[in-house]
Amino acid sequence: MKIKFHQIAIFALMLSSAACKLDNVKPPSVTLKGQLMYKGTPIGVEYNQVPFQLYQTGYKGNTPITGTFDQDGNYSVLTFNGNYKFTIPGGQGPFQWKELASGGRDTVNIALNGDQTVNIEVTPYYMIRNAQIAASGGNISAKFSIEKDITDATAKNIQTVSLFVNKTQFVSPADHAAEIDLDGAAITDPSNVSLSVAIPTFPVTQNYVYARVGIRIAGVEDMIFSPVVKVSY
Amino acid sequence: MKKIYIIGMISVLLSAESCKKDSSFLDVPPKSVVTNDVVFSDPALVLSVLGDLYNRVYDFTSLDNMDTHPENADKKNVAGWTTFADFGESFPSDNSFYSIVQNRNWGYDTWSTWNYPYVRDLNLFIDNVTASTKLVAADKNRFLAEGRFLRASYYFEMVKRMGGVPLITKTLTYDNSGNVVGLQFPRSKESDIYDFVISEAEAIKGLLPSDPTEKSRATKAAALAMEARAALYAGSIAKYGASTPQVSLPGGEVGIPSSMAPGYYTKALNAAKEIISGSAGSYKLYQVLPNLSDNFAAIFLDKSSVNQESIWVEDFKALAGKVHSFTTNDQPYSVSDEASDAGRLDPSLNLVQSFEKLDNTFAPIATKDGAGNPIYYADQQDPFAGRDARLAGTVMLPHFFWKTAYIDIWGGYLLANGSIISSDDATHYATLPGTTTQIQVVGKDGPTPTGEPLRTQTGFYIRKYLDPTTGSGRRGRQSDVNFIRYRYGEVLLNAAEAAYELGQTSDAALYMNQVRARAGLTTPLTAADITFDRIVHERRAELSFEGHVLFDMKRWRIATKVWDGNPQTLTDLTSNISSATKRNTQPWGLYPYKYYNPGSPNNGKWVFREVLPSPVTGVLNFRLGNYYSQITDAIISANPKIIRQPNQ
Repeated sequence: MKIKFHQIAIFALMLSSAACKLDNVKPPSVTLKGQLMYKGTPIGVEYNQVPFQLYQTGYKGNTPITGTFDQDGNYSVLTFNGNYKFTIPGGQGPFQWKELASGGRDTVNIALNGDQTVNIEVTPYYMIRNAQIAASGGNISAKFSIEKDITDATAKNIQTVSLFVNKTQFVSPADHAAEIDLDGAAITDPSNVSLSVAIPTFPVTQNYVYARVGIRIAGVEDMIFSPVVKVSY
Repeated sequence: MKKIYIIGMISVLLSAESCKKDSSFLDVPPKSVVTNDVVFSDPALVLSVLGDLYNRVYDFTSLDNMDTHPENADKKNVAGWTTFADFGESFPSDNSFYSIVQNRNWGYDTWSTWNYPYVRDLNLFIDNVTASTKLVAADKNRFLAEGRFLRASYYFEMVKRMGGVPLITKTLTYDNSGNVVGLQFPRSKESDIYDFVISEAEAIKGLLPSDPTEKSRATKAAALAMEARAALYAGSIAKYGASTPQVSLPGGEVGIPSSMAPGYYTKALNAAKEIISGSAGSYKLYQVLPNLSDNFAAIFLDKSSVNQESIWVEDFKALAGKVHSFTTNDQPYSVSDEASDAGRLDPSLNLVQSFEKLDNTFAPIATKDGAGNPIYYADQQDPFAGRDARLAGTVMLPHFFWKTAYIDIWGGYLLANGSIISSDDATHYATLPGTTTQIQVVGKDGPTPTGEPLRTQTGFYIRKYLDPTTGSGRRGRQSDVNFIRYRYGEVLLNAAEAAYELGQTSDAALYMNQVRARAGLTTPLTAADITFDRIVHERRAELSFEGHVLFDMKRWRIATKVWDGNPQTLTDLTSNISSATKRNTQPWGLYPYKYYNPGSPNNGKWVFREVLPSPVTGVLNFRLGNYYSQITDAIISANPKIIRQPNQ
């Protein structure tokens, strides 16, 4: 039998129409996002260091969706509609998370039905206020005030305050080009702290850097940061 | 007639055959399966079952890294040398493993183990030996003790990594009811697991042979060495855990109350003393060769009965199927038996400079004089002279003689104007200024400015475990150097630490000085010299690359300080060398350069420079959640009684 063109065409059509069947699993399409907040002010943390967990109630197993916060405290999850419980594992973040009397960690209930923004309210040990970072005379200098937000028995001392400078917008203890530290004990006036560090040299010259200040709290793993600022000079 | 007879006979035979009962006709014993009661009636067969259980002992560092259990399939077939890398003590000179020095964090599940199938097999073995009636009492007791030793040994491995785990000491049977609640057990307290390991060791030590020549099977000394180490770990977790209160769980699954510390230290000291006193056989430090560095290296190479230091080992046998590729992977590039297999594990300058000088003081390897000018050395080994003999026993220094030749480590020619002439390979020649001849401008072993892998990138090679036997570096033959799990040197250091923590500092000095004298540090430490920093340092010098560093740093709760996530500058590197909490986040190298300045008296001498190898872009960051490895969500989903680790 001689194969004619229209036979091939019909065959191809049949093949492609077989592939038209709908996939029976829908991809996740609902976005849950938000930001770490303290009384309306976002909290900066180190990128990829502060995790969160999202449990779906009524779902088989006990496996959470896990993720980490961005350096400006944002998170986002692409998932399905449903009822979720949001929590942050113990010992994570430069803030306190409500503990239950029964010993567990508190959760935030989220009923997800379409895209939603849920800001996460936490109580940080300290806040950096009025951070002003500028370039002057070959230096990057920062002025800021420190506000102590937890003053009860669980209060913690400041270990160090640091100014980090980097050539890219990722600025963290692990990824920076210049750093200056000030010991917590050496802070005389928390409402007026200043730090200054020489602008580092880069292999490729650029006339701007990114910088932010952070506080390392004694006995707490994660640092709390001011927002990243682009400083041009 | 004859025909009738034959037919008659056939029908009789046929019917006779069919006379067998139906049940017995189908009940044919399988030829391919040996039943329990057959196996457990013959000591040779029991030993072969036990051999499998020995093969499945789970070590942190393993020369072959062949884990036969499917649960650990992902860890299998990753070359054994990688289990010795990491922690700032070495640089992995193999581009597939640069991630070791480029990762920002250790995942919370790193180092986890949850091999309950192995526990079940051990429990089954113990049950079967117990039930056996045909074994003679002496065999039976020894097998039983060995099974319990291996079980305690694995629980020790689990508690080191995971904290308290469900303690299962009998075989569990599923009844097909669909209900698994009876098989779900909660985590025991961390101290309970340590207590189990200690009490098992005490219970079985009398049933095991006291024979220093028995290395690959459990002996009395192996049980006691395990007990001493476990009790020491528990004691230090109890004591130093107080400094990290957030690393604990309210139920005691993680963390041990500090009040229990003295009890554990006493147990550790007593168990160690029992070995030291000789009641478990005559063990002693290996002191055979006149050259102290060669002697130290030989502890790991000498498998004869002269070696009374090693207590329990994973043994290998060349040309008989049980071999490992540690030497193949890590041999010097210039003297390699295989063209593209060499030089992967390069000890860091961080480790090299931590070996103290013979006057018991610490100093960085001098590269500059007081005025900041480079020091010119006539011999490549001069900068390392006058140090702890264990340095040259653990690490191959430049210009070391290996097998048939001197290794060739240098980074290039340093000119008078400070510029460097080098190339990416020793066979790629270049000319020096003022000359026209093409010459070799970089060592055959590197380090090259382009960071060529499989050559050293720190200026050093590993020497511990490296097999000098002819052919040991060939892929076809490989090496049969054994891996020492417990040795007398560590027992002495365990005794020293336990004695120190109990306030018996003069005893601590006594134990520690034995180990130090063997390394050429003949000025004894006094009782007042023994400090926490000394204990930490001595273990690093003696036991580096033996799988201790992670667990030591964890139990002292200083891992978060040593690997604190901050880059390590040159100033960080060369200061505070004696401090236990010194930062060790990035592996540095020390590159020798040949000085070229005809006319200068220093022409042809060696200049050394500290270099951070360019692939090192990560910083080791040990988080609080790393103190106890993650119990995965799958395990917790299957057994809701398991509670999560803290800080994860």
